[in-house]
Amino acid sequence: MSADVRTTGSEPPPPLLAVDGLTVLLPVEGQQRAVLREVSLQIRQGEAVGLVGESGSGKSMTARAIDRLLPRGAEVQGLIRFEGADVSALSGAALRSYRNRVAMIFQDPRAHVNPVRRIGDFMTEALRTNLGVTAADARQRAADMLSQVGIENGAQRLRQYPHELSGGMLQRVMIAAALLTEPALLLADEPTTALDVTTQAEVMAILDELRRSYGLGMLFITHDLELAAAICDRTIVMYAGQVVEVRQSELLHSDPLHPYTAALAAARPDISQRASRLRAIPGRPLSAFEAPLGECAFAPRCPHARDVCLTAVPELAELDGGQSRCARVAELRGELETADA
Amino acid sequence: MRWRFLARRLAMLLGSLLVASFVIFGALYLAPGNPISALSGGRALPPASMHVLEQRYHLNQPFLTQYWYWLDNALHGNLGISITLQQNVSSVIAARMWTTGGLVLYAALIIVVVGIGSGVVAALRPGLADTSVLVSTAITAALPSFVAAIVLILVFSVKLGWFPALGNGTNFWSNVQHLTLPAVALAISSLAIVSRVTRAAVREEADREHVQTAVSRGIPARQLIRRHILRNAAIPIATVSGITIASLIAVAAVVETAFSLNGLGAYLVQAAESKDLAVVQGISLVLVTAFVLINAAVDLLYAALDPRVALGSRAQ
Amino acid sequence: MSAAIGIRSGPVAPVRRRGALGLLRSTGVAGMASAAVIAVAAVLAIFGPLLAPYNPELPNLSMAWVGPVGGHLLGFDFEGRDVLSRLLAGAQSSMIGPLAVVAGSMLLGTVIAVIAAWRQGPLDTVISAGLDIVFAFPGILLAVLAAAVFGAGLTAASVALSIAYMPYVARVLRGAAMKERGQPYVAALEVQGASGPSICLRHIVPNMLPLIVAQATIMFGWAMVDLAAISFLGLGVQPPAANWGVMISENQPGILQGYPLPALAAGLAIVAVVIAFNVLGERLFEQAQAARR
Repeated sequence: MSADVRTTGSEPPPPLLAVDGLTVLLPVEGQQRAVLREVSLQIRQGEAVGLVGESGSGKSMTARAIDRLLPRGAEVQGLIRFEGADVSALSGAALRSYRNRVAMIFQDPRAHVNPVRRIGDFMTEALRTNLGVTAADARQRAADMLSQVGIENGAQRLRQYPHELSGGMLQRVMIAAALLTEPALLLADEPTTALDVTTQAEVMAILDELRRSYGLGMLFITHDLELAAAICDRTIVMYAGQVVEVRQSELLHSDPLHPYTAALAAARPDISQRASRLRAIPGRPLSAFEAPLGECAFAPRCPHARDVCLTAVPELAELDGGQSRCARVAELRGELETADA
Repeated sequence: MRWRFLARRLAMLLGSLLVASFVIFGALYLAPGNPISALSGGRALPPASMHVLEQRYHLNQPFLTQYWYWLDNALHGNLGISITLQQNVSSVIAARMWTTGGLVLYAALIIVVVGIGSGVVAALRPGLADTSVLVSTAITAALPSFVAAIVLILVFSVKLGWFPALGNGTNFWSNVQHLTLPAVALAISSLAIVSRVTRAAVREEADREHVQTAVSRGIPARQLIRRHILRNAAIPIATVSGITIASLIAVAAVVETAFSLNGLGAYLVQAAESKDLAVVQGISLVLVTAFVLINAAVDLLYAALDPRVALGSRAQ
Repeated sequence: MSAAIGIRSGPVAPVRRRGALGLLRSTGVAGMASAAVIAVAAVLAIFGPLLAPYNPELPNLSMAWVGPVGGHLLGFDFEGRDVLSRLLAGAQSSMIGPLAVVAGSMLLGTVIAVIAAWRQGPLDTVISAGLDIVFAFPGILLAVLAAAVFGAGLTAASVALSIAYMPYVARVLRGAAMKERGQPYVAALEVQGASGPSICLRHIVPNMLPLIVAQATIMFGWAMVDLAAISFLGLGVQPPAANWGVMISENQPGILQGYPLPALAAGLAIVAVVIAFNVLGERLFEQAQAARR
């Protein structure tokens, strides 16, 4: 558990979500291949944690594993505990209750909302089915929640169909619907990636504000390091299905603990700097099963790789309040921030 | 929004009907020889009869006027006289309409119940059920109705004696018996197509993202299947079933002939052979109208099922 | 983040084309087996009458309905003719009609589809509306009408079916043509000064070829069924000519009388070939779809 501010004299409360050694294998072309390797993370009550990585890093898969939404044929190893209970052991009513307590917000609202049912139906379905709320009461709550996400005329909107709403509005509807069951944890899977830039900012603002006011925990998944750092207290960086760094968000840029994080930060074009060439990380991001075994997965692309990086898979080690999976982190610490000069 | 779609579709269908009626009427002029010989089927007629024909079909008037008269008559139920039977075409049709209607309805029922049902089962229960449906549909999809007819007659009539082989029945129940094998023969290849499309549609819906959303909210399986998978899959399933059933109208002629049923289709074929053009035209018009009506019903159903319909024409 | 991965973009010239043999192999066991059946049927269509051991049209009523005996593997039909010979000879008329139907409707349909997709705008709207309107005419009905007007026969029926199938072909191909039309390489070629017809003929149509071939294969099966049905009704090929559809109809009384073999044999021939076309066509269709992604 990362050390930070504790209330004097008392034990820190058990984490809201504790993922321990999560390994997921998916059938790929007939074989079981690893997409997540030994992923461990924790989220406390009311804490926002960012999960950053490129495609194939396993960030979405992690969220799906937590929400038990993995595709058919998936094999899960490791332990996921929510409020102390083993998530994979849940079934029936307990599982449904878990799904009320953990709400997922998906990336593409248009694909994730049933196009032939009205918005009202979409929003109130879980309330009516699982929580036994009456239809009228559920509609009222839905309308109220819509105004909280900045959609006026709630009652009228409830009668509309998804294709009548813009992408941004639909995503707000999705957020509102997620909040209706009063969850304790939000899993936000790239909620703004599918939206245009101006809408992104609006929706992000709403999500952040509501999360804070309701005191919800959040796992915020994105490929955008800056975005994660902006709204999350802690950020986890993933590469090739593994956690490679965990860091307090404000320290991510000034003192990263992994060459990959530094490279990600450096790759983003900065409008305040002149550059003759965009900095790119050579090669392409790998999935867990494509990564070379027995060595650091990032080594082939890392400018700081040495022999020690190629002899064994580095362990995830505690360091200065964060974690790092770099074999050479101790020596590289000062240099990493200069990588983006 | 949906009304605009419907209005457009219905206008199209009406256009189809008009064009079809024009073609049916115009066939008279495409026939080699002159219209009178076409109407009489090449038979020599006494001058009095020829005069009657001229008057009735306004053969001295311009083409379009004739078309207008013919269409007007048709709309009033007057479709001319059958040369071979010396009866009103409309009474001939009225007598035989119920056989064909009953046959198509019976076959439609089989297609909906067995076709859609087997497709849903195959999609939702992978394994033995799925495989057996796949295999049987692969075989029956290629079974033309007349081949199915002889096999059915052989097995169920001659060998097993469960059903009568040919002809119509006398009362309602025996009608049903007599129509059973023909209905199965008519339905069998369409059944396979509908089953496969249903299976594909349900499987596709089950994999869609919005179903994932519902799962993540803890919606129980049965409700998931009913409200999110089947409800959505109903759109392509309904449209394919609808147009499949519409196509039964033409194939019914083959089945009626094979089973010696006195339906419209069988008589159409006989009239074509004996070149009784008025009958051919009359029955063709009725069949095409029925075809268009069923398509219209499919469009209505589609608009009812899919609220996005204003965005584009019916995906076919 | 896209800066982190180098992306190269720009109009790329048309897709790779596999040879016919490679395409066939990619359809799997079922596809290749179907192709084999089709090849046999094609050989019979060409050489059938020569291969027939006995005269397929000469009646010999003393042998009517006799079962398989001696060199007559499938017995005799209702007029005492050797069933096997009649089957072999009948392959010709049973296959040539569908070939004409497919050729006619595919040709016409492709031309209309490509023109509509290329010109777009009002011409496309008119064509699409036109296609929607004529879509409604079922093939068999048109064939019966043609038989009534022009007399029974394979020609009239084939022409009628071609006309009836054409709107369907045009619909399917128009979608594909429009997709091709929107590809960047087409714009690039236009900018380079290539003319519409040349782009269509040299690039768009060849790129649609997998879909066209798949569609043609499936339609051959449908056309075979429809034409056999029309011959069964007595409005297509006329007896005593050998034809599988005719054979079923003329031998149907045998089913009731306890001599099912002649009709069943003809039925089996039709079903076998149609299944082959369906299976191969479906596989080719899958390949065409996969290639377009």
